[in-house]
Amino acid sequence: MSGPNTAFDPKQVAELGAAAVANMVTSALAAVAAATDLGLLKDVRLAHAGDRSPLALANRDIGALPPAAKAEVGKRVGAARATVKAAIDARQVELERARDEFALAEEFIDVTLPAGRNPLGARHPLTTVMERICDVFIAMGYDIAEGPEAEAEWVNFDALNVPPDHPARTMQDTFYVTSPESGVVLRTQTSPIQIRAMLERSLPIYVVAPGRVYRTDALDATHTPVFHQVEGLAVDEGLTMGDLRGTLDHFAQEMFGPGIVTRLRPSYFPFTEPSAELDVQCFVCRGASIDNPNAPCRTCVSEGWIEWGGCGMVNPRVLQSVGIDASKYRGFAFGMGIERTLMFRNGVTDMRDMVEGDVRFSLAFGLES
Amino acid sequence: MRAPVSWLRELVDIPAGQSSRDIAARLIRAGLEVETLETIGGGVAGALYVGKVLQIDELTEFKKPIRWCQVDVGVAGGGVRGIICGAQNFVVGDIVVVALPGTVLPGGFKISSRETYGHTSAGMICSERELALSEEHDGIMVLPAGTPGAEAGPMIGLGEEVLDIAVTPDRGYALSLRGIARELAISYGVPFLDPGLKVAELAAPGANAVPAQCGSEDFAACALFTLRTIVGFDPKAPAPQWMKQRLTAAGMRPVSLAVDVTNYVMLELGQPLHAFDLDKLTGEVRAGWAKPGSTFETLDHVTRKLGPEDLVILDDAGIIGLAGTMGGLDSEIDADTTNIAIEAAHFAANVVARMSRRHKLSSEASRRFERGVDRTLAPYASALAAALLIEYGGGQYVGMTAVEAPYEPGVIKMAAVEPGAVAGLPIADDTVITLLEAVGCEVLSSGGQLAVTPPPWRTDLTDSADLVEEVVRLVGYDLLPATLPIAAAGHGLSKAQRLRRRIGMVLAARGSVEVLSYPFVGESELADLQLPEGDIRRSKVRLANPLSDEQPFLRASLLPGLLATVRRNAGRGLSGLSIFELGSVFQGECVGTAPRPSVLMRPSAEEWLALTGLLPSQPVHLGVILAGEREAAGWWGPAQDHGFQDAIQLVQVIADTVGALITIEQLSDPVFHPGRCAAIKCLGGSIGVVGELHPRVIQAWSLPGRSSALELDLDAIIAAAPDLRSAPEVSVHPVAKEDLAVVVADAVTVAAVTQALRAGAGDLLESIRLFDIYRGPQVPAGHCSMAFALRFRAPDRTLAADETAIARQGAIDRAAAECGAVIRGT
Repeated sequence: MSGPNTAFDPKQVAELGAAAVANMVTSALAAVAAATDLGLLKDVRLAHAGDRSPLALANRDIGALPPAAKAEVGKRVGAARATVKAAIDARQVELERARDEFALAEEFIDVTLPAGRNPLGARHPLTTVMERICDVFIAMGYDIAEGPEAEAEWVNFDALNVPPDHPARTMQDTFYVTSPESGVVLRTQTSPIQIRAMLERSLPIYVVAPGRVYRTDALDATHTPVFHQVEGLAVDEGLTMGDLRGTLDHFAQEMFGPGIVTRLRPSYFPFTEPSAELDVQCFVCRGASIDNPNAPCRTCVSEGWIEWGGCGMVNPRVLQSVGIDASKYRGFAFGMGIERTLMFRNGVTDMRDMVEGDVRFSLAFGLES
Repeated sequence: MRAPVSWLRELVDIPAGQSSRDIAARLIRAGLEVETLETIGGGVAGALYVGKVLQIDELTEFKKPIRWCQVDVGVAGGGVRGIICGAQNFVVGDIVVVALPGTVLPGGFKISSRETYGHTSAGMICSERELALSEEHDGIMVLPAGTPGAEAGPMIGLGEEVLDIAVTPDRGYALSLRGIARELAISYGVPFLDPGLKVAELAAPGANAVPAQCGSEDFAACALFTLRTIVGFDPKAPAPQWMKQRLTAAGMRPVSLAVDVTNYVMLELGQPLHAFDLDKLTGEVRAGWAKPGSTFETLDHVTRKLGPEDLVILDDAGIIGLAGTMGGLDSEIDADTTNIAIEAAHFAANVVARMSRRHKLSSEASRRFERGVDRTLAPYASALAAALLIEYGGGQYVGMTAVEAPYEPGVIKMAAVEPGAVAGLPIADDTVITLLEAVGCEVLSSGGQLAVTPPPWRTDLTDSADLVEEVVRLVGYDLLPATLPIAAAGHGLSKAQRLRRRIGMVLAARGSVEVLSYPFVGESELADLQLPEGDIRRSKVRLANPLSDEQPFLRASLLPGLLATVRRNAGRGLSGLSIFELGSVFQGECVGTAPRPSVLMRPSAEEWLALTGLLPSQPVHLGVILAGEREAAGWWGPAQDHGFQDAIQLVQVIADTVGALITIEQLSDPVFHPGRCAAIKCLGGSIGVVGELHPRVIQAWSLPGRSSALELDLDAIIAAAPDLRSAPEVSVHPVAKEDLAVVVADAVTVAAVTQALRAGAGDLLESIRLFDIYRGPQVPAGHCSMAFALRFRAPDRTLAADETAIARQGAIDRAAAECGAVIRGT
């Protein structure tokens, strides 16, 4: 605020000369430089840029000057005040930043402190392997079929061309529900889901069916009475065993890596004819360990192939039992054990690890397998 | 089936240079699974010598009888050696097998010259078990003949290679050297001289010789019964060494000439035979059905109760054998038997299979009959047996009697192109015919149609699909192309499959670990859960043949398995457990008998309903246990234990995951803490329970204190999930926040107050959140103050102050009316 426009006083004018103003600026800048914290700077701002500061008083006196002098002095004082304000503002920013940096430095934490307060849990690797398998087949257009674990014996055996008293029934030691004559069993395989799929779905059928199955084996390192299988079934016009093989090759490659192939060996299953054992090429040595004692392979026991499951063309008798015209439709089916897959794929050495529910086992896998 | 390779080579002319491993590979390719290739005596390193026992000194001063023997092992073995031996089954002059110092026996047992029983024993007289020839260890091996100093190995079958083949149930013919040899002949493309069609030469019986008579009471069960009679047999005559060696290599114990011959012929041809002591038989020997209530003691000294489902061998005095399964003690060949009747018959596969199952009796004979024996083989096999008996045991052939139903093999029709069409690989008609003929079929071809008569040993060939398999496997599965079918357009995962995956992921993301526990439970576990009679979690579905009688039930709840898993983990030193399981439970009962509809057509709707209606209900449940620490003690502070609220939180997270609306209601449940248990309700019904476990349950299961659990019917909550979720309107207008506190009686639940406030506040209410509960001097006794934060927002405008005030008052009024709530501090 400028003062009253009093009479011109040449003595005062002299004080507004260039040297005097320059002195004020010099003195102000020295004070700014000397202010080492924001409190001191606040005092400096009051003393050199405040209403009572020499430059503010000088500015007020300009009004008393003769008009001829006003412009020049006004310009000089204005520039001086701007210089001082800029210096103070700059110092303000500088000191604030220094203060903040100090404060942030104080908030230093050891970034290697463990983040173990709420760790991730895990899904069971058998579950994630089954999901992975399902995803491979969903990508090929298959659906996922399901069925009950306590199943009618007719569905588990008869309809799959395993008549009563057939030795194939004793191949699979069966849990009977209520009594051996009840006609209800714990399914010994996922194959009964084939029967349900063919009874419930319309043709053509392309399904995979993961699930839990039961056999009366006591638990040890390589056996468990409760285990998992995945079953595949395709029923369509003109399907061939070559289609089965191609499908299995693709499946094997998705599970074990590009270029992996499968091998079929003649075998017997009541529900397929022709039937085959399914071997998958060892994905670790790819056969390099065969007859090569210098490079043995633990995964395939240096055989180059790993037994994976069974497969074949759906026996026309099975199609007959579900009312599908075997002269028009052909099917292929395959199945494999999930525990076995996890054992050789992921290096599980003891069956018990997969059934006991020790959380350390599943946690090592996390959400994938 | 153990098949000695030298025996196979005798039956089929395997090309020179083919090793046993090559042979195994051929068989595997043809579908016979060779499990092992073993060398007899493969563990023996160094020579074994024939020795002759010259002198035996009995040493009696030791705990057991010991012999100090002088054995001549010839010049090659270093002349006469003194050997200590513990066996007693030999006399001076016997020919034995001697291992000299330096020789290593199976198991890495190195023979050395050593001081023992006061003498220096310079070698060892060997038993069969020590050479890993058999389990026989009743004494040392005594050879029929031999020159001291000769190599003993070849004489006792050392070096014989044996294939162990796992024969699938369809390939009964491969339970014989004959059947395996045929596969090799086909594989190598060499001619096969079928030993099953060779008629053994027998001297013509005398004019007045009368063989034992035989019969069959039921040709459907026994289509062919033959009996050959031999008299004047020398019961002391031993089986030849080569036969014993083959039997041993094939896994059978040599017993006596008569028994060994029947076993030998069975192994070679696949026809089970039975030798009776003719003098112990009375009248006609025949196959017939057992009378109800009859009993019979089989050769294994088990007395079996028989009924009209049992096919037996009878004579006029009663039962003398279980047909095709096992003979009896009373008619057994013994050390004095001179007159022999050899039974060779054909029994129906299903009859023998049923008997074998019912009596839990599996024999070499029953294994073959239930897989199918050559329908015409019996007379050939018994002729071979008779010839061998006479050759090595003397005696006179008296003749054979036989009864037989007409044999009419079925004819299978198949288009010649069928195998190729199924394989996806062109196979020429000629190839199809050649391969079918190679396995023994007769093939008539006309205009691309084949009429195929399978051979009598291939009872598995009944359908054209079976013929397809024969052709394709012999062409070779390795030649199949790899093609990919174009599947029909799929649907992806179903809603339930998708949501189950999401729930698993969400729970794992929140730190829980999935387990897959066995579904077997027992009475004591149900009692430890304090489940009363009638509780739906009390299992009623029972196994007829449980692995353990302690756990005969199938779970009706996931809790027992989960609690046992927590206990196991805690026992292994793991604290702070959150585990979950997604799995089927078995509810309801399973009584009655499921029908057996025909498999020749699709079951009718009624049949299907009857079949599946018997099954217990099997919903998928989710179970979670939270036990011990939720958060371990760490640099952040002390440990925090899991509590009831964590369980409730998970319930809400699961409901939100599937998008179902649930409500929580106080519940009294015997498994849970009486004041800390809630029902989970959805669409008006109870779909689960959550709470802190009852202290007695915690104690019974040895769980960490204050463990919580929840169990939820996943099928039900997923059914309540929307198929489609509607988008909300996200208002960009300012929010108006109002806090209020109301005083209510302690009996009033937060849920009730919240619901009333929400209803009273109207549509402008965006959210409501309880942020404090206070009990103390500033509210009346028996009451509490609940403080809520309410947020109001309109979709289309900034709310005016009076609009918010009206909504707030509406909330207060509703809470007052419904819950007796009194607004506090205004």
